[in-house]
Amino acid sequence: MENCTIYVPKLITKKENFAPGHRACIGCGEALAVRLAFKAIGQNVIVVNATGCVEIFTSQMPYTSWRVPWIHTLFENTAAVASGIESARKAMVRKGIIEDKNTKIVAIGGDGATIDIGLQALSGAMERGHDFLYICFDNEAYMNTGIQRSSATPFGASTTTSPAGKESIGQFAWKKDMPGIAVAHNIPYVATANPSYPFDLMEKVKKGLEAKGPAYIQILSACPTGWGCAGELSVKIGRLAAKTGVFPLYEVENGKYRITVDFPKLLPITDYTGLQKRFRHLSPEMLEQIQQKVTEKYEEIKEKAEMSGRCGQTGTEE
Amino acid sequence: MSKRVGIEVSIALADVVGMANTDVVAAYPITPQTHIVEHLAELVADGELDAEYIPVESEHSAMSACMGSAAAGARTFTATAGQGLELMHECLYVASAMRLPIVMAVANRALSAPISVWGDHSDVMACRDTGWIQIFTENGQEVVDIALCAFRIAEDNNVLLPTMVHLDGFHLSHVIEPIMMPEQSQVDAFLPPNKYPFFLDPARPQAMGDFAPPAIYTETKWAQEVNLQKSKETILKAWKEFAEIFGREYKPVESYRCDDAKILLLTMGSYSETAMTAIDAMREKAECENVGLLRLRLWRPFPTDELRKAIENADVLIILDRALSFGSAGGPVGMEIKSALYDVSKKPKIVNFVGGLGGRDITVGNFEELIKKGIDIAENGSENEFEIYGVRE
Repeated sequence: MENCTIYVPKLITKKENFAPGHRACIGCGEALAVRLAFKAIGQNVIVVNATGCVEIFTSQMPYTSWRVPWIHTLFENTAAVASGIESARKAMVRKGIIEDKNTKIVAIGGDGATIDIGLQALSGAMERGHDFLYICFDNEAYMNTGIQRSSATPFGASTTTSPAGKESIGQFAWKKDMPGIAVAHNIPYVATANPSYPFDLMEKVKKGLEAKGPAYIQILSACPTGWGCAGELSVKIGRLAAKTGVFPLYEVENGKYRITVDFPKLLPITDYTGLQKRFRHLSPEMLEQIQQKVTEKYEEIKEKAEMSGRCGQTGTEE
Repeated sequence: MSKRVGIEVSIALADVVGMANTDVVAAYPITPQTHIVEHLAELVADGELDAEYIPVESEHSAMSACMGSAAAGARTFTATAGQGLELMHECLYVASAMRLPIVMAVANRALSAPISVWGDHSDVMACRDTGWIQIFTENGQEVVDIALCAFRIAEDNNVLLPTMVHLDGFHLSHVIEPIMMPEQSQVDAFLPPNKYPFFLDPARPQAMGDFAPPAIYTETKWAQEVNLQKSKETILKAWKEFAEIFGREYKPVESYRCDDAKILLLTMGSYSETAMTAIDAMREKAECENVGLLRLRLWRPFPTDELRKAIENADVLIILDRALSFGSAGGPVGMEIKSALYDVSKKPKIVNFVGGLGGRDITVGNFEELIKKGIDIAENGSENEFEIYGVRE
């Protein structure tokens, strides 16, 4: 019951720090996730945005969708830019140049910017212990450039650079375990989230923001354009990602795992894959292989949570 | 009063960055820049400089962290060399286009392959179009003075451009020289606190780094070009005020024994002092009494007017480049100067050499030979657009 307040939608601010009128695709899970995250973050923040979908659909000279200070420089350097801002403010507060207002630094990027090209900069910033929150909006491919595979693309998904074909099953590697990589940096807070579970998402963003030191949250963001599904299905698909165990919702606080939205029995992955064109070519055998891996991975996280003694309540949030 | 001390140039440079009360240093080690950033880390560790030192994991992140720091309004410094500058390359364009006043020392180094830690200007020349203000130095005193001026120039609200201070790797970075170190009171009188007008602040939300569609991109680039060209006014003003406080004067194009000179050698960086000795020797030996030296101090913005004035009376201009521009019609400096003089009606014959690559020494004797060879080519012509001095073909 400790988190009961977050289950009251009325308590959530009506203030939008992420303004409407941006140019995301219809049904964009990422736009929804950004909106929810920035409800939780509030206004006392400086946002550092990597090149990618969000950066493009929220900015075009001379317009912006951001009602908070926002900076974009390049694709792979977002965590490094954030570390520069954090250090600058630390020095300037200490030297009395600016007032200490506990301003938060939030870096955001897609899966390509975070897990592929920006991994080194992110690893460096996490290792150095800068006080910032990094949110990866994971839509599982390079959507902005036209649905090319990244290391976050799930096994078997057909993308424009891992197309399914006579000699190809689509994406040939398993999704890189970025939350695991973040945990290995011994940072105070790591979590996964999904805008189909908005209260869970906002609670985690708040926790990540309050953590002293680096925090990493990976938010699965359904992409109707890239995943090949109807725009109105993105929330449903997000729910199914959790209910099938394809994208488990958990957090790791100071090394202790907790599954935040758990299900007594996982649904078969085909409930999830069946709604998306990117998996349509997969044979029953391939799907079975994916099912086994998903179950195995889910059990692994569950085991870690049990070992941490912090297995969460059964998820009922809808 | 400031006093003269015997000190390694890198250490003196770090000391003056400390005296500038720098807020953030983000740096990654690379030979021959290491002594600069090591000493800065020491100053911070010993509490002599109140700054955040970010030991980043790459030069790309060094420049990225500097961009964040400068955008947050902090006085920001980094240093690099050779491959490090190349790894920063894409960031350099962003730092200048976003008007972020970062000061960077570059201990000029040759580029791989083959790997060479020694000095030349290949790294600079690959970054000449990045929109930074770029200033060359010839000796330790100039490194200290120009570094101090760099903060003043970069942070001036009429400029707001990142600025590179070039010092030749090893030939300058690692030598011990007698240097007049400034007094803190002089530094404070010359260098006002950094007042970056666009600093990121939740009290005043703004977006920095929006994308630009074709309808506006050209105008942003035009504004950047105008801004860099105009920065020369502020550079000249800063150097004038520097001279008033410190008694040492700097110019975009420096001349040595040029009053009666008909034959001019043009160099950049630390080789200039060797060239001066060669010119003294040639004049003394009466081998060539009308030879003088031009040193290009300001590389960007390019001092076209000053250069045109400096060559007014010359018959021959011998240009020594310390980098190749592969497959082109000359060294980068040679080509740029030829282009700057194309429209001048009375211009000298231009002879272009490339030399001193990968730290190869050019001695006083070599310079004498190079000048004589240049005069010969000016008189008799050559099959080549340029020559690589001293190469064993």
